[in-house]
This record gives sequence, structure tokens and C-alpha cells, in this order.
Amino acid sequence: MAYPAAYRYTKEHEWIKVEGDTGTIGITDHAQDSLGDIVFVELPKVGAEVAAHKAFGTVESVKAVSELFAPASGTVTAVNEDLASAPEKVNSDAHGSWMIKIKIKDAGELSGLMSAADYEKYVAEEGGN
Amino acid sequence: MHRRLGAKMVDFGGWDMPVEYSGLIAEHMAVRTGVGVFDVSHMGDILVYGKQALDAVQWISMNDASKLQIGQAHYSALLYEQGTFVDDVIVHKLGENDYLLVINAGTREKDWNWVRQNVSKFNCHAKDVGDYYTQLAIQGPKAAQVMQKLTDVDLSIIKNYWFKHGTVCGIPNTMVARTGYTAEDGFEIYVPSDVETSERVWNEVMEAGKEFGIIPCGLGARNTLRLEGKMALYGHEISDTINVFEAALDRYCKFEKGDFMGRAALERAKAGGLKRILVGLEMIERGIGRDDYKVFNEAGAEIGYITSGSPAPFLKKNIALAYVPPEYSALETVVCVEIRGQKVKAKVVPTPFYKRPKKTV
Repeated sequence: MAYPAAYRYTKEHEWIKVEGDTGTIGITDHAQDSLGDIVFVELPKVGAEVAAHKAFGTVESVKAVSELFAPASGTVTAVNEDLASAPEKVNSDAHGSWMIKIKIKDAGELSGLMSAADYEKYVAEEGGN
Repeated sequence: MHRRLGAKMVDFGGWDMPVEYSGLIAEHMAVRTGVGVFDVSHMGDILVYGKQALDAVQWISMNDASKLQIGQAHYSALLYEQGTFVDDVIVHKLGENDYLLVINAGTREKDWNWVRQNVSKFNCHAKDVGDYYTQLAIQGPKAAQVMQKLTDVDLSIIKNYWFKHGTVCGIPNTMVARTGYTAEDGFEIYVPSDVETSERVWNEVMEAGKEFGIIPCGLGARNTLRLEGKMALYGHEISDTINVFEAALDRYCKFEKGDFMGRAALERAKAGGLKRILVGLEMIERGIGRDDYKVFNEAGAEIGYITSGSPAPFLKKNIALAYVPPEYSALETVVCVEIRGQKVKAKVVPTPFYKRPKKTV
């Protein structure tokens, strides 16, 4: 699975796509593969504040619970409601199944994130988890 | 071997074990509706044999082994003096003075030491033969059709919890038992543990099962399958601090057979009344109760905890087993599970959550 070059990535396996001051956030294909069959996604409400590197939600597979970490700070402007009834979409299309959109507070925070190439290397070195 | 099949591995009781191959839900559904195969070589095997083997087995395990016929097995447990669990076990009667105890992986060394010590006062021998066998579990409604292609043993005459010896994949005198940990029909076979034989048998099972859609299954599916069937897992539903009555396993505990390890304490426990009991929960609000999550009553007082909780892939519900005081054990009682700080409602439901349809063959 190719990691989109336009996205930036966290060590906790989230991606963010930045367009203007809007950041669209999801989890990586590696994350969904490690978790296995995803059955539950818990997301914040529109208007909630998220903070960089802090948990903003939860994703659960049959066997595991995993927190979602925000790649950047900001205010939630949209939530992907489809995932409440069809969380398995994250398995079939992790890079297309966004979870939240935020209005980015400080674009400077994005500089600490990984490029697709760096993330791919990071995943390979981490040995799968 | 399993890595080559695309397995995700995990360290389980010191064993490098496959958690899942193609996906937990697919593996779970294969066993409920077709057939799946598990490598369960991590299970331990102890032989107890000799003149007083029956007396020894009767002393160290709670079920009544005198009722077993040769070729029959039953569920039982090894208990400490205080009536709590060393482990649960399947006791197989191989011969008149010859028993095979199949025990859990995580407790193998502890179990072995405990068995060896506690049978020592009897005129019999105990032998740890766990490393001699690769144990494969072929499970599902189509398991018999797959296995019948590989053995000269007439499987149709093996009843649930009985076993026979015969040629399997060309290996003579191989044990085929109609047992498993999935709440589904199925067989467990015990073949020599050398890599060459193990791989060959695994491959032959996969080949024979191809027309039935067989897939390899990992520990993840094994756990959700056994949970739907309310089968206990050591360290969860049973442990050295939980007694037989609490675990609701007293139907396998035969007081009338005479004295056995843990009996006196269990009689005292029964007289003293139960403080907690294992119940089945089904989440009625959105959320998944997981292992060790706390359980509260509706008034907000903490009353217990979940021992195993998970989405149930076949039932498509979020289910859990939990210890609660007996006054909360009535069916339909509403309790709350604390999930990440939120109280989420669940209700007490009948167990096992899943019961397989009556056998037609």
C-alpha cells in the first residue's frame, strides 16, 4: 500500500492532509493492518478542541483498543459520521477514510511530522508495531 | 512456518504464536460456518500412568474420572487446597491405568510441577509429554468431512469428547479426539512434533480442506470463539483466587466421588455462600466491554469486573463475562460497564452466548 505523498504522518500512525488551514486526519494503512478488523470508531464532536500528540478518539478492532492522536492542534470542523455505521471502511481504505477535519491552530506544528518516504522507513524499522 | 502464511505473531506464554492470518472475523466465521485449523501445539500434555493412576487423577482433579471409559475424555480442573484453580484440563482415559491430561500453555510449567508433586504419594508415574506432540485443532461443521479424507478411523462413530487412535496422514496410532475450544464440532489430532512431520500434516489438512474452504486460524479467533461458547480461559474466568462455584463450573465437580484436592475448602465456601458469580453480559448501549473493565450497578456503585469482553463476530453483539455479586446475576439485570470514564449499559443474558445447532450426522 502506497502512502500518499501529499499527506504527513505521525509516529502514532495517523495521517494528516493539509489544505489551507484545514487538516483532514485519519489512520494509516499500517495502523489498520496492525489492528485487524475494525468494529468501532469513537470521535469527538464538531467544535471540540484537539491538541497535538494528545488523544482525540478511539478506534477498536475485535481484539484491541487503540487511541487516536492528533497530528496537530485545532478545532474540529467535521466528523466522518459514516464510520459509526461502517467502521470497516477504515480497513478497506485507510487513506481515504478520514475521521475528522480540524481548523489548524499552528501550522508550525506540522514541521515535526514525517513525509510518506520517512514514514515508510519508520514502519519498516519499527518491525510492524 | 506460520509467518510464511501471512500470520501476525505474538508471544503467548513464551510461545511465538499466530494471532491471525487472513483476519479475525473471517477466521471466526469459517469455524462457525465451514472449517478452520489451529496450531495448538502450545497446549501441554501430561501422562499419568501406573497401578494407582486413577486414584492419582481422582485426587488431583475435580471431575469423576472413574466414570470415564477407555477412549473417553472429560472437562475437569486441577484445584489448590483452597478450592481455587491451578488450571482447567481435559482428562483422556487412554487405558485402564493410563490417563492423558491436556493443559494450558501459559500454565504448563506450574501445572507440571504441581501434578508431579501431588501424584507422588501414589503408585504411579507422571510424564510431561508436551514436547512430543504437535497438536492441531480442525474445527467447524465441516471438520469431520475434512478429517475423514485423512484417516482410516471412522469419525462418524466418535462422539463428542471421545477419541480413537488410527492412521492420520499416513502416521499410524495417531490420537484423534472430538474435542476443541470453539463451541463447534471438531477434532484435535496429536502428531509427532518434528518440523518435517508437523508441516506435512498441516499442509495435508489444508489441502484436504481446500474444497470446504478451510483457512488457518489464530489465537484471536480462538479467543472470540471460546468466549461465545463461554469456555473459561485461565487468568480470566479462572485463576488461583477464583473458586469453582464462583466460576459456575461446579457441574464438573463431583463431591460424591470421595476426597480430592480442594474439596474441603469448596464445602466451606458453599456453606458460606457465594460472594460473586460469573455472568454473561451483552452491551445494550454503544460500546465494547473489555477484559478488566469495571462493572457498576445503576446507582453507580462498583460491583465487579469483566474477565473477558469482545465483539462477538458470529453473534454480532458486544459480549462479556463478568464477576458480579449473586444479587446481580438474574437475567435481564441492567448493569453499567465503565469504558474510558463513561458508564455504558449492559444486561445479564443467558450463557453460553452461542450454542451450536444440534448435530445432524
